[in-house]
Amino acid sequence: MPVQEGIYGLLAEFDTPTELVIAAQASYQAGYRRMDCYTPYPVEEAAEAMGFDEPAEKGVSRVCLLGGILGGLAMFTLESWISIWAYPLNIAGRGKWSWPAFVVPAYEWTILWAGLSAGFGMLALNRLPAPYHPLFNAPNFRNGATSDKFFLCLEAHDPKFSIAETRALLESFNPVSVVEVEH
Amino acid sequence: MVTPGISPQEPRRVTGADGMIDPVTGEQRVIAPGHTFRSVTEKLSRIVLTPHTPVGWFLGLGLAGSVAILLLVAVTWLFLKGTGIWGITIPVAWGFAIINFVWWIGIGHAGTLISAILLLFKQKWRNSINRFAEAMTLFAVVCAAMYPVIHTGRPWLAIYWLFPYPNTMNYWPQFRSPLMWDVFAVSTYATISVVFWYIGMIPDLGTMRDRAKSKFARFVYGNMALGWRGSTRHWMRYETASLLLAGLATPLVLSVHTVISFDFAVAIMPGWHTTIFPPYFVAGAIYSGFAMVLTLAIPIRKFYHLEDLITLRHLDNCGKVMLATGFIVAYGYSTDIAYAWYSADKWEFFMAWNRIFGPMGWSYWILIVSNILIPLTTLWSRKLRQNVVFLFILSLIVNTGMWFERFVIVVVSLTRDYLPGSWGTYKATRWDYMTFIGTLGLFTFLFFLFIRLLPMIPMSEIRQILPGAKINEAELQQRGGH
Repeated sequence: MPVQEGIYGLLAEFDTPTELVIAAQASYQAGYRRMDCYTPYPVEEAAEAMGFDEPAEKGVSRVCLLGGILGGLAMFTLESWISIWAYPLNIAGRGKWSWPAFVVPAYEWTILWAGLSAGFGMLALNRLPAPYHPLFNAPNFRNGATSDKFFLCLEAHDPKFSIAETRALLESFNPVSVVEVEH
Repeated sequence: MVTPGISPQEPRRVTGADGMIDPVTGEQRVIAPGHTFRSVTEKLSRIVLTPHTPVGWFLGLGLAGSVAILLLVAVTWLFLKGTGIWGITIPVAWGFAIINFVWWIGIGHAGTLISAILLLFKQKWRNSINRFAEAMTLFAVVCAAMYPVIHTGRPWLAIYWLFPYPNTMNYWPQFRSPLMWDVFAVSTYATISVVFWYIGMIPDLGTMRDRAKSKFARFVYGNMALGWRGSTRHWMRYETASLLLAGLATPLVLSVHTVISFDFAVAIMPGWHTTIFPPYFVAGAIYSGFAMVLTLAIPIRKFYHLEDLITLRHLDNCGKVMLATGFIVAYGYSTDIAYAWYSADKWEFFMAWNRIFGPMGWSYWILIVSNILIPLTTLWSRKLRQNVVFLFILSLIVNTGMWFERFVIVVVSLTRDYLPGSWGTYKATRWDYMTFIGTLGLFTFLFFLFIRLLPMIPMSEIRQILPGAKINEAELQQRGGH
């Protein structure tokens, strides 16, 4: 990523989730799209307010489904290959490809890879781990975003963004503070 | 498991003046009133970030660590001498190692039940206890997984027949054996439990990073938090991932003890070869696991003054789950006997008689008394379910009883099978006891480390159930302008 300089966005701080949702809704209606809310616990209404619909995005679920199918198939194929070609054994006279016995490990691997894909897929879609983020430069962000404050950030690369107008819009929601976030 | 809602018109249930009944909805609260986002954050992060570690913690850690050294000694001697130092013989080739394996992994199951199944059922009371119940799962799986591995005697040689990997002998595992299925069930269970636990902790690690004063703590928690900043987009994907993991962990946890029961049920031993084993094993696992949750939760809430977050309602609910699963276990015991009678098979019949009245019959009566007679008569009473001292003692009794259940299944069945000429007996040696007590020490040691170094109650999930988290719809309508 090229080194970015200048302002990342304007960050408004609120005391309650309701105020945050109102502000997010109004900003969305005013035409802002490049924005995000930061909350100490998941606030679904905030996602709705800024038009982010995770179920419609389907990222995590698709990765999870794909991982599960691949994991199950991989184990079942491995077991079949071992039992038919690589190391055939006669166990109590059963056929070489006695597949019902192979279902259990394949089932476990379906869950294993679906779970790993869901977990790591979620992190990847969220672009985490990300040790650095401009928001951590804001003086009040780390004091509240993971504890008891609610933040709305309107980002500078939104076409509608202009420091004076955006600040005026954010001020109209009666936030605790509005600060500029530097890169 | 749900405490039914009471409408405001009905007479309120009186549970004392502790304010645990919400005056508006009439429902029993999950956590004590009066908490705010900040108070929850401070109370829970202070336990970890305090510079003053309680003396009791050092004492506990030291004691548990000394007990864990027994395990180290016993396993070292085992590797030097071989499994001959244990009490296992022919016919009882599965002794303490398998009893302890099944017992430990069963204990782990309650953690997954609380974190996954109760999440799917939207049981909000789970939020206070899920993190440390999951930690309990992890540490129990660590103890459990060790047993089959050291039971192989030389685990460094066992790896080629346990895991399918290309080796110089061109050897591959035998997938028609339930013991192989076990390898995959337990390793998957351990992995998914770690992932679920860690992902659940990321937001709280962010809180720890932001609140830590020391540079070292900030660095460590900062790295562990992976740069979590509470973005709403992140949260939504995170919630989907949590739900998916819960949906995956639910069939997983049921399959793990099912597969473990296959280790027994697929064999043709009298007393093992029954179809009731999978559900009966799963219920027994949850029964003993909830007992262990109580064993851990009761001292912790006392010691760290968490009575307002782990309330009597939590203990009450754990008691109810134990009551329900205890009855399934009791049904399993009676089915065992009914099956022996109905099979008209004299070997099965003799097995049942031998279990109850044979030379090791005392173990059967211990399990009947401690798993059925004591808990299933007392847990009906709300008073007793909310009596902390009683519950603590009961949880120890049930844990003992569940250990003896596995003793009866593993050892007593093996001592006397078909041919009287091949009968034998079993006597555990000091190394067996040392290994078992050592894992109790290891489990406690790991748990002490966990409650000191990581947030044991998920702050982000507690915040969700606080009254302040409710969006004010009226204000939203009015000021939002639609």
